[in-house]
Amino acid sequence: MISEVQRRLLEEIADLHAVPEGAYNIRADGESEARNTTANIDIISKTDVSGIDIRVKPGTKHESVHIPVVLSVSGLKEVVYNDFYIGEDCDIIIVAGCGIDNCGTQDSEHDGIHRFFIGKNSKVRYVEKHYGSGDGDGQRILNPGTEVHLDEGSYMEMEMVQIKGVDSTDRKTFAELAEGAKLIVRERLMTHGNQTAISSYEVELNGDGANADIVSRSVASDSSYQKFDSKITGNAPCSGHTECDAIIMGDARILAIPQLEANNIDAALIHEAAIGKIAGEQIIKLMTLGLTEEEAEEQIINGFLK
Amino acid sequence: MLELRDISFEVSDEHESKEIIRNINLNIDDGKFVVITGPNGGGKSTLAKLIAGIIKPTSGRIYFKGSDITDMSVTERARRGIAYAFQQPVRFKGITVQDLIRLASGNKISLAGACEYLSEVGLCAKDYIDREVNASLSGGELKRIEIATILARGCELSVFDEPEAGIDLWSFQNLIQVFERMREENNLGSILVISHQERILNIADEIIVVSDGNIIKQGGRENILPELLGTDSAVGVCGMYGGEAGCND
Repeated sequence: MISEVQRRLLEEIADLHAVPEGAYNIRADGESEARNTTANIDIISKTDVSGIDIRVKPGTKHESVHIPVVLSVSGLKEVVYNDFYIGEDCDIIIVAGCGIDNCGTQDSEHDGIHRFFIGKNSKVRYVEKHYGSGDGDGQRILNPGTEVHLDEGSYMEMEMVQIKGVDSTDRKTFAELAEGAKLIVRERLMTHGNQTAISSYEVELNGDGANADIVSRSVASDSSYQKFDSKITGNAPCSGHTECDAIIMGDARILAIPQLEANNIDAALIHEAAIGKIAGEQIIKLMTLGLTEEEAEEQIINGFLK
Repeated sequence: MLELRDISFEVSDEHESKEIIRNINLNIDDGKFVVITGPNGGGKSTLAKLIAGIIKPTSGRIYFKGSDITDMSVTERARRGIAYAFQQPVRFKGITVQDLIRLASGNKISLAGACEYLSEVGLCAKDYIDREVNASLSGGELKRIEIATILARGCELSVFDEPEAGIDLWSFQNLIQVFERMREENNLGSILVISHQERILNIADEIIVVSDGNIIKQGGRENILPELLGTDSAVGVCGMYGGEAGCND
């Protein structure tokens, strides 16, 4: 049975108010709580390590897979391996995400290692939300590892969001793209208190016409620390863009390290990085509309992270 | 409606202090369209900022609808019914045109209502309503969106700081129409515009000329405007855009 706390976490990370449609695997406190497969999407538990294989048949269109994870027991630490095998010519949505509620004194940690093997001409939209709650002294830690292999002409859009409550995160994303493949990443991150967040991307553009667009927007407040490290390597005639745009507040610290490596004369690569506080005139403009300074700040941050 | 009583504003650094506004007294009556003109650097924009509360006077008091608002914040003045359009509109990453108009209206506006304000300033609502108010918009577009937010506020006193600054000729023609319409409909309460533009001066009830921090002339349009024509205080469209031989404005 899903508890109240777990239900709340599911709402936060996957907008789930009821059992999702389509294929799903809900993991709660280290156990597979519920699972559904469809004619086209199979979910199989791994036997050697903890985790699942998700297999999507070629030609599967307009179906979704939900694989949310919730932790509500203090002190639980797990490493989970999930592998996605997407056939050719698919068009699917994958909703992942992890919520940790820690009211105890021991650290809770979930390290989700996701590997995606995306077949030719397939299209995948991936949404991952991370959330933490609970007022215990124990830390809420999430260290996801993501590996994406995009075959010819395939497309992946990744939306990764971590807005609240995760004390420490170290996320590593690796992607390799074949001819004509495209990867879009939209990362949104907010850190408070003494939280730390490290996010690194390594993207290899290996085929003609491969294209990657990695954009991170983040807000670091209080005494938190963020590090954004993004590297795009162009090994073929390709195009790549990486951007880190951060708002810094209070005593926070931010390190942005965009990197480009071109190993082909026709690799067109761009990076942009900007860190700055909220512009005073933005706050004043919203105050002239009747908002208080605090409300103005909130609007600006919400808009920025939207 | 609005009264400035003995208002002075001074800026100082470690070496010297400079008086930008010198002991100005001014009344804006209900429902009036007032234009403040005068040479650049004369203190016009400073006056607008003093009214909105973005800066505070060194001495003197400001009264709005009978209350002393001198010590009130920008927020409080806005809530009491003062709207202020920036000379250089502010850009926001992630905040859409719709968000801004919704905030301006105090959150009580439908999508259709927001679109109406955009149409009023000559922007095709469906092309703009979901756009971010960021660097992708041109100066003219931003300016019109800024004016739409003022219309959405529907305040008793609306202050526009050089609405014609930094916009293209086409936007300018359109802007004049917006002001002419505001003037005709007179549904915005009192309007105070900082402008050099002859066509804006032309629709004023009252013109105030500010120079070197002082009010040097003040009165009805019919008395003041003839004296200003041909000076920097009343610039025609061609003068504003560099002028062309044979161009009549």
